[in-house]
Amino acid sequence: MDLKNVWNLGTKELRGLARDWIMLILIAYSFSLSVWTSANSRPDALSKAAISIVDEDQSQLSSRITSAFYPPYFVPPNLITAAEVDRRMDAGLDTFALDIPPDFERDVLAGKSPEIQLSVDATRMSQAFTGGGYVSQIVSSEVSEYVAGHRTQTALPVGLALRARYNPALDPSWFGAISSVIQSITMLSLILTGAALIREKEHGTVEHLLVMPVTATEIMLSKIWSMGFVVLLGSAFSLMVVVQTLMAVPVQGSVPLFLGGAVLMMFAMTSLGIFMATVAGTMPQFALLMMLVLLPLQVLSGAMTPRESMPEIIQFIMLAAPNTHFIILSQAILFRGAGFDVVWPQFLALAVIGGALFWLALQRFRAFLK
Amino acid sequence: MIGAEHPPVATVAGLTLRYGKVTALDNVTLDVPAGMMVGLIGPDGVGKSSLLSLLAGARVIQEGRVAVLGGDMRDAGHRGRVCPRIAYMPQGLGKNLYPTLSVEENLDFFGSLFGHDNVERARRITDLLAATGMSPFRNRPAAKLSGGMKQKLGLCCALIHDPDFLILDEPTTGVDPLSRRQFWDLIDRIRKDRPGMSVITATAYMEEAARFDWLVAMNAGEVLAIGTTAELLGRTGAADLDAAFIALLPEDDRGDDVAVVIPPREGGDSEIAIEAEGLTQRFGDFTAVDNVRFRISKGEIFGFLGSNGCGKTTTMKMLTGLLEPTEGTAKLFGHEVDARDMAVRRRVGFMSQAFSLYSELTVFQNLELHAKLFAMDPEMIPARVQEMITRFDLEDVTDTLPEALPLGIRQRLSLAVAMIHGPEILILDEPTSGVDPVARNGFWRILAELSRKDGVTIFVSTHFMNEAEWCDRISLMHAGKVLVSDTAEAITKSKGCATLEDAFVAYLQEAIDDTAPEPAPEPATVPASSGTAPARHNETGGYSLRRLISYSRLESLQLQRDPIRLAMALIGSVLLMIVIGFGINMDVEDLTFAVLDHDQTTASRDYVQDIAGSRYFIEKAPLTSYEDIDARMRAGDISLAIEIPPGFAADVARGRSVEIGAWFDGANPSLANTVQGYIQGMHGDWITRKMREAYGDRASTADFQLVIRYRYNPDVKSIVAMAPAVIPMLLLMIPAILTTLSVAREKELGSIINFYVTPVTRLEFLLGKQLPYIGLAMVNFFLMMALAVFFFGVPFTGSFAGLTVAALIYVTASTALGFLVSVFISSQVAALFATALLTMIPAVSYSGLIDPVSSLQGFGRLIGEIYPTTWFVTAARGAFSKAFGFAEMLGPMLAMGLAVPVILALAATFLKKQAG
Repeated sequence: MDLKNVWNLGTKELRGLARDWIMLILIAYSFSLSVWTSANSRPDALSKAAISIVDEDQSQLSSRITSAFYPPYFVPPNLITAAEVDRRMDAGLDTFALDIPPDFERDVLAGKSPEIQLSVDATRMSQAFTGGGYVSQIVSSEVSEYVAGHRTQTALPVGLALRARYNPALDPSWFGAISSVIQSITMLSLILTGAALIREKEHGTVEHLLVMPVTATEIMLSKIWSMGFVVLLGSAFSLMVVVQTLMAVPVQGSVPLFLGGAVLMMFAMTSLGIFMATVAGTMPQFALLMMLVLLPLQVLSGAMTPRESMPEIIQFIMLAAPNTHFIILSQAILFRGAGFDVVWPQFLALAVIGGALFWLALQRFRAFLK
Repeated sequence: MIGAEHPPVATVAGLTLRYGKVTALDNVTLDVPAGMMVGLIGPDGVGKSSLLSLLAGARVIQEGRVAVLGGDMRDAGHRGRVCPRIAYMPQGLGKNLYPTLSVEENLDFFGSLFGHDNVERARRITDLLAATGMSPFRNRPAAKLSGGMKQKLGLCCALIHDPDFLILDEPTTGVDPLSRRQFWDLIDRIRKDRPGMSVITATAYMEEAARFDWLVAMNAGEVLAIGTTAELLGRTGAADLDAAFIALLPEDDRGDDVAVVIPPREGGDSEIAIEAEGLTQRFGDFTAVDNVRFRISKGEIFGFLGSNGCGKTTTMKMLTGLLEPTEGTAKLFGHEVDARDMAVRRRVGFMSQAFSLYSELTVFQNLELHAKLFAMDPEMIPARVQEMITRFDLEDVTDTLPEALPLGIRQRLSLAVAMIHGPEILILDEPTSGVDPVARNGFWRILAELSRKDGVTIFVSTHFMNEAEWCDRISLMHAGKVLVSDTAEAITKSKGCATLEDAFVAYLQEAIDDTAPEPAPEPATVPASSGTAPARHNETGGYSLRRLISYSRLESLQLQRDPIRLAMALIGSVLLMIVIGFGINMDVEDLTFAVLDHDQTTASRDYVQDIAGSRYFIEKAPLTSYEDIDARMRAGDISLAIEIPPGFAADVARGRSVEIGAWFDGANPSLANTVQGYIQGMHGDWITRKMREAYGDRASTADFQLVIRYRYNPDVKSIVAMAPAVIPMLLLMIPAILTTLSVAREKELGSIINFYVTPVTRLEFLLGKQLPYIGLAMVNFFLMMALAVFFFGVPFTGSFAGLTVAALIYVTASTALGFLVSVFISSQVAALFATALLTMIPAVSYSGLIDPVSSLQGFGRLIGEIYPTTWFVTAARGAFSKAFGFAEMLGPMLAMGLAVPVILALAATFLKKQAG
């Protein structure tokens, strides 16, 4: 193997990429705007939730409660009758329906602890969860303000001091930003190499390369280093400039250590990209294949929801995916400040998986060239 | 010449066509005589194909007038009436054929588009296949045919409906001489049987054109001259058409054209440069190259002739070490070719058939890269690159991208690249295909110089007879075998023929008679002669179920033979549903925690037991210190640490204020929120329990009790909420992507031309393509329902029949949406991503998945009200969780049912029936 060839072919890839506007825009978008938007969109937050209220009490307290629901969390509530609740919920018009019973105010003041009923359309999952909490808080605070001073409370003086570590304010943009960087690394290292190989195949230049004194290994390595290098630059820029500087998200651990892990990850993913490109052969087929491969890799790797909550068999299967280990190591380093002493098993796993994928891809690539 | 007996079949006046800034046709005026064989000659890119596609009605007329068969081709009504009388065969080997379909399936498809019934179609197919000698290959996929056979099949497809006007665009380019001859014989026989038929053919072979009745010479978008061959020769005083054409060119385009003269070689038997001995290559059962042998001495120009797919390229690949021979040896300079021997590659220059320069690098960068890859001395490189630029006359274009260059210059650049490292052997695979005669002559002058002056051995393949004659020796190859190897003169003499081409045809005929028992064409059964075609040219207008169904069949056949698209269509949605079902799960369970218990009493263990006993948490080994908390949380071993202070039990018992510490991992805030909620809840429960134990029931009374009823999903399980949302999303995205691709594919691969020039209407085309995808989407619907109910255990409470009907309407709408997107997009990759985005954004944001449409405002509300996903989500949620019967789903069904014709009508309106 001649490293000079790997270098020359790699610089050729970079020159080619420099002329590919669509890819450049995709790279720039993935590492800047996409990071920013996914940090600032909060899918879990409640926004303009639809609520209806059945006010059977018509008291001062009930109207206080009614007027406590307003945008941005809720739409101004619809006032409806008890008979309408079922029909409206069946038709999916309301997510919440709050039923304030007759004599609610009187019973509260009398300390009878009356029931107030909240119907939640639990087919709207995330709304149901967060919204239920909001509704109960709003009603509680209205009621306790109203009855303040009327009654005294007995309480057991056992406090609970809750402290969130690594992100004390539980600011979701921290997680969103960094997860998005990780996702971009996965996606781009796969697309860039796969597309680079398919472009060469479609232009008939792969064959041309082979009559020159270069080997399949050199061709593959040149694509891996050049595209990996672009992704590495992009992720370093994204992490240090976009995330740390512009968005002021604190990163706990060592960025170089993370980038070291990213290099291993790119080695594995670029190999996978080449493998998929040899299976697909044409760009449209590659794109279809990517939809079937990328989504499972990203969703099941623990990037969105914790691995622990998945069935064991899925957890086990996903150990073979490079994403899983990369997610574990990047969350440990970037969020919790872990050092190499903690994440070395993931580095090792990534190296092994990357090596295996490289070997597989090389075999297929050689067969593909025949 | 064009008298009253030959009224024009087509007239063109003031015709101008531009592609962006490029003018393809410049004010062309021309009468094409009827009942004749008209030839259109000229190099590549002079507007021949543009003119033919306009005559066929495949392209929109920009400026000027085109009248064909007595009517204006701008008039869609006229086009509709005459298209069954016109047959158009576009350029490119099998461009309008469907590569995965067999010969018979291709013919059957074209036949059904022209409204023949099954019996009539079968008869015509049998006749045509017999007439062209293709009968033995009726079940072979079009992709696996040789170039000549592809063109014959293309012709059969064009002839299946007895056209009056046959338009052929370079039908014999890249086809071997025998197939070429058979092709023209076939056309001659058909014309004999149907004397009224007019034929117009574009060709790059002047010797072919010489046989035509009447010629049109074109250059740079203009007509140079018209007339018979004799007239053209007479006017220019040239000996052959090649020369006549060059003489017709304007002064500037002729270049310094002088006839190519290759000086004889000196010193006959020098050292052997290339030697092949029993060279054989097998791919499975197929023998691509069979026992080939030749010896080429240094400095010789050795020509290689043969049809596409006869093994020329494979032989070249073995010579260059790209392929390992199955048997036999190839030697360069007396050394056996070894694919791993990089040293040999440095002595060889190779120019492959496909244009293989890096289009993203400039001319200079291409040369430089190749010099580096051949490991030339870095100090030598600049001088060598400059030398090549000078020698191959590339000074003016050093910083240009190859794609911007004319084909002739690109070929020069390719040769320069192949020569950069000063190889002793040059292997050139069809270097002059598609290059005009002037540029070809220039190219050969360079080759002659390389051979005679520099002593470079040249191994070159070609289709052109005049080029073959310039070679020192030539080999004719057929079906993997070398038939003959000698000088052009000797070969011509050996068969007693007048021309080299005749001699080759004789050799080929001999080889075919020896090897394959291919039935000779049966001239008597040319289809139209049977005269039993009363059904012809009917069913042209209006609406035809048969044409619709033939597109459905075509689509299903193609899908069956494309494993990746089929996988996407069949298991894509099930796979993604499993992934989403498991992956996007809001039920947090089995989180790890550990306790730092300073108290170690029954009370403290009681507190911990509440947490450990819940399904949300799993207890890990106790913590020993604060450092331990840090380390284990950092390693991701625990996500929650509980600290119970010393004296906890005693303080609680005495009513003194105590505080329990809880640290949790906040890295993932939404997960952290859930953890926080669980802990607060469990802490509250513990306190209430303790209070009740201490003070009795009254102590725990609150101001009021909020009773939350989680309706439709009482256990608040993610999957119950997810299934009725995921099914609509996947039934939208995947079918829409597949239908978009099905149209974009035709556009990208060129078979859309069949839609342009056949009587198929827009709606037949769309609905025909849609049917199989609706079927597939329904299969997916049932699979996903089964997955949801039996695998994920989601309760289904409503009417299954109702939801099935709703799903049928919904997938009809979603497949139609795919068409609507495809109308605006012509690349498959763009189609894929655009469809995914355009369909999913309204589905996720405005279709009531998160918030009911009733709570949206403005534009989002409008989209939500009309988007089919809104209504199917309502129906699916109703059927799964809200016990909807058929009656309750009628509303959503009606709303979706209204959307279907609207979307289809929009797609049909914007779909173009001509290229644009």
